[in-house]
Amino acid sequence: MTTTRVEEKLFENRYRVDEGRAHIAIKAPDICRDKCETPACTWCCPAGCYTKTDDGSVILSTDGCLECGTCRLLCSEHHNVEWSYPRGGYGVLYKFG
Amino acid sequence: MAEKFDAIVVGAGPSGNTAAYLMAKAGMKVLQLERGEYPGSKNVQGAIMYAEALEAVIPNCRRQAPFERAVLEQRMWLMDERSHVGSHFRGTVDGEQPSRYTVIRANVDKWFSGKVQDAGALLICETTVVDLLKKGDRVVGVRTDRENGEIHADVVVLADGVNSLVATKAGLRPAIRAHDVALAVKEMHFLPKHTIEERFNISGNEGVVIEMFGKITRGMVGTGFLYTNRESISLGIGCMVEDFKAARVSPYQLLEEMKNHPSVKPLIEGSEVKEYSAHLIPEGGYNAIPEIHGEGWVICGDSGGFVNSVHREGSNLAMTTGRLAAETILQLRDEGKDFSARNLRRYRKALEQSFVMKDLKKYRDLPEILHGNRQFLTTYPELLARAAHTMLKVDGVDKLTKEREIRRDFVNKRSRFGLFGDAIKLMRAWR
Repeated sequence: MTTTRVEEKLFENRYRVDEGRAHIAIKAPDICRDKCETPACTWCCPAGCYTKTDDGSVILSTDGCLECGTCRLLCSEHHNVEWSYPRGGYGVLYKFG
Repeated sequence: MAEKFDAIVVGAGPSGNTAAYLMAKAGMKVLQLERGEYPGSKNVQGAIMYAEALEAVIPNCRRQAPFERAVLEQRMWLMDERSHVGSHFRGTVDGEQPSRYTVIRANVDKWFSGKVQDAGALLICETTVVDLLKKGDRVVGVRTDRENGEIHADVVVLADGVNSLVATKAGLRPAIRAHDVALAVKEMHFLPKHTIEERFNISGNEGVVIEMFGKITRGMVGTGFLYTNRESISLGIGCMVEDFKAARVSPYQLLEEMKNHPSVKPLIEGSEVKEYSAHLIPEGGYNAIPEIHGEGWVICGDSGGFVNSVHREGSNLAMTTGRLAAETILQLRDEGKDFSARNLRRYRKALEQSFVMKDLKKYRDLPEILHGNRQFLTTYPELLARAAHTMLKVDGVDKLTKEREIRRDFVNKRSRFGLFGDAIKLMRAWR
């Protein structure tokens, strides 16, 4: 089976990144590491923005975010995702949608 | 901006554009706010446009809107791992115009937005509405992310999309739940026009739509789709967010599996992928619709959960809710009445009398039935594929024996009682 990695998929998209102003944040990183048993963000995010590290922490990089809102809904037990839309004009810019 | 408007519309998708267009055309002073660089740049859809809903707003839209292809043929595929059983409907009715067109959302939204601006609405892009301004219970305007970004209006139309952040933050509705939404991912596959026409047996502006069910969603509640555009194919798959969570499946992984399915792979062979998108779809149906009107505000489109997931209808519900909201607001203006919750209840009533609520009510139990009965998505597609294979294979076994074998296969998998129960469940959900 030939498969394309998510990083390659995102490469085709247009973005205007708001440097230094991520629109999503993990509120308390220790909750991801110590309390969350199903870090669904790490496999459900369609842009692969969340990665689990060896020590069990979850790292978030919003640059490839597709602004769908999935991670916000998934984190319903710990409410550990601070989520808003990017500032006007920033973020993903769909050519076709 | 100290200016005050008659109405503010949040969002420039199909519902927001419809509402803004009708209000501006009727002489209201309308401000429309869009967070994208241009209308469409944040919007994602499959996408099928339903011409009649658009025609109710822009009568000659078929001649001028940037539609891709008119749907001539609809295929439904029930898939197992290596094959599919399908049905086709192909054809037109004499004297009847096509009702469905494939579209590229960014193109349609830009075109529609041009109409809105021509009608006299003021559109400001690159501006995110972050909250509502309230005076007591009454919504009196919006707060944007611009400097001095408070703007007042007599009524606010919230057409801000599935996440419905503005209404949620302002406490007008509860937050949407993972249980009620699907996550869809899509790729735009570009191919030469003649290649698409050869592969799908179409010409001119004819198009093909394929809806896929079964094992391609690995038992999760969801569907795959393939839509032919003029020079591209929209290929995507979506499942309930809760199911992705429970199944530990990545959406992009599921899309890759679908692209490699023997029924799909030859259709996209040699294409160039130019975009990858993701979007939530509100699929909770009737039971998940929040309050959609209140003191000085209404909610339209995805933001109110207006999607008929069974028939894959969304943009028509968006445009119809936008139209009925605008018509209600215009009626009240003409009668000299204010935009109180009591008066805006007419919007809800108009929706109840339209196909929007009637259809959503019809299928109100289906989301729960699919949640609790995964056999419809896994066992049955497999049984049907095997049945077709058994009947079509010419191997010296007589047909009566083959029929018995198929019947035994069904009974073994679901039991007689189970088969009967499943039939009842489907009938009840469809009633």
